[in-house]
Amino acid sequence: MNEDDDHELSGLIRAHATRYQASPALETAIQTEIALQSASARRPVSSSPWRWPVWGYAGVGFACGIVVSAIMMLVAGQYRDAGNLEGELTNSHVRALMANHLTDVASSDNHTVKPWFQGKLSYSPPVPDLAAQGFPLVGGRLDYLSSRAVAALVYRHNDHLINVFVWPDSGDSPKTQSVRQGYNLIQWREGGMQYWAVSDVNASELLTLSNLLH
Amino acid sequence: MTSARDFEKRVLPHLHAAFNLARWLVHDDHVAEDMVQDAYLRAYRYFASLREGDARPWLLGIVRNNCFTWLEEQRLTPGQVELDDELIDTLKAPEHGQGMDPGAILDQEQTRKRVDDAIRALAPPFREVVVLRELEGMSYAEIAQIAAIPIGTVMSRLSRARSELKGALAGLWRNQ
Repeated sequence: MNEDDDHELSGLIRAHATRYQASPALETAIQTEIALQSASARRPVSSSPWRWPVWGYAGVGFACGIVVSAIMMLVAGQYRDAGNLEGELTNSHVRALMANHLTDVASSDNHTVKPWFQGKLSYSPPVPDLAAQGFPLVGGRLDYLSSRAVAALVYRHNDHLINVFVWPDSGDSPKTQSVRQGYNLIQWREGGMQYWAVSDVNASELLTLSNLLH
Repeated sequence: MTSARDFEKRVLPHLHAAFNLARWLVHDDHVAEDMVQDAYLRAYRYFASLREGDARPWLLGIVRNNCFTWLEEQRLTPGQVELDDELIDTLKAPEHGQGMDPGAILDQEQTRKRVDDAIRALAPPFREVVVLRELEGMSYAEIAQIAAIPIGTVMSRLSRARSELKGALAGLWRNQ
């Protein structure tokens, strides 16, 4: 008797009580957070820890030599990076992930992101929606590179985040790939814009994205 | 290799269940979203501890802990968040049953509201077992795991919740 009542009550609740649904925006926010967490967890390290050698006095002199040259290489490397656009782009990508300042405008809607750049830049970067192709838009950000403000578009591919830097430039040039500090970069010029895509996603997937962006 | 993809495959599919539980516990869309988002971050951080286990009760356990912590904070410092249930009830247009006769739609809506109100009137520990049992179809053992209580307590809470619901819904749940 009582069990029948319980059964009927269950039926009533199951049929009529509200089942709240998570919004797509919540799902996107969680996916982006996971990509960010995962990106910071697997950040490539540029230098490996250095161990003090234990082979006696002769070794100390030798080690000092190594230390001096290591420092010189490090300084030279930084110097080279500072004056180098690829290094600057990679640093900007890493900084955006680290500082939790990935986007100024967080939206998967390109009709929100594109107008956001208006008034902040003297040009309007193309912002295609590539969610159907496996590269959902996460948002956009204003970045500062080589003494100028540039548009940074953020896309996600699975649990990887990709920064695409765009600024006006004349002439067309084919895509060139490079690797910097363990990150893949692709650069090209097209339609009056220079593009740089930077990510720890593998090179072929980054190329797929760059082909979608044209 | 990448545990993030594994996490998305195993834990993300339970997003609606997580949100439904949080929303029923805290009664507010935005607070529920915060609870769920934070629960997912924690879940991701401790994903290794899940190993081969079932992700659903594990995730819901984190969600409900977040919610009960929040409820406790509200109890200590009340009045910071306006609950938007009433507002939603007045704003929400009946989206289901297009083309049904207006009387039937009204009946449906009234039934929904009475059932929702009755569940909402339960104290959180009782509401929790009702939502998990009736709306999420979880077993007693799973509910015990989520709420970190013995199975006997799950059964007694469910039984008390049911008798309260029967009182509140008298006339509705009979003659269906």
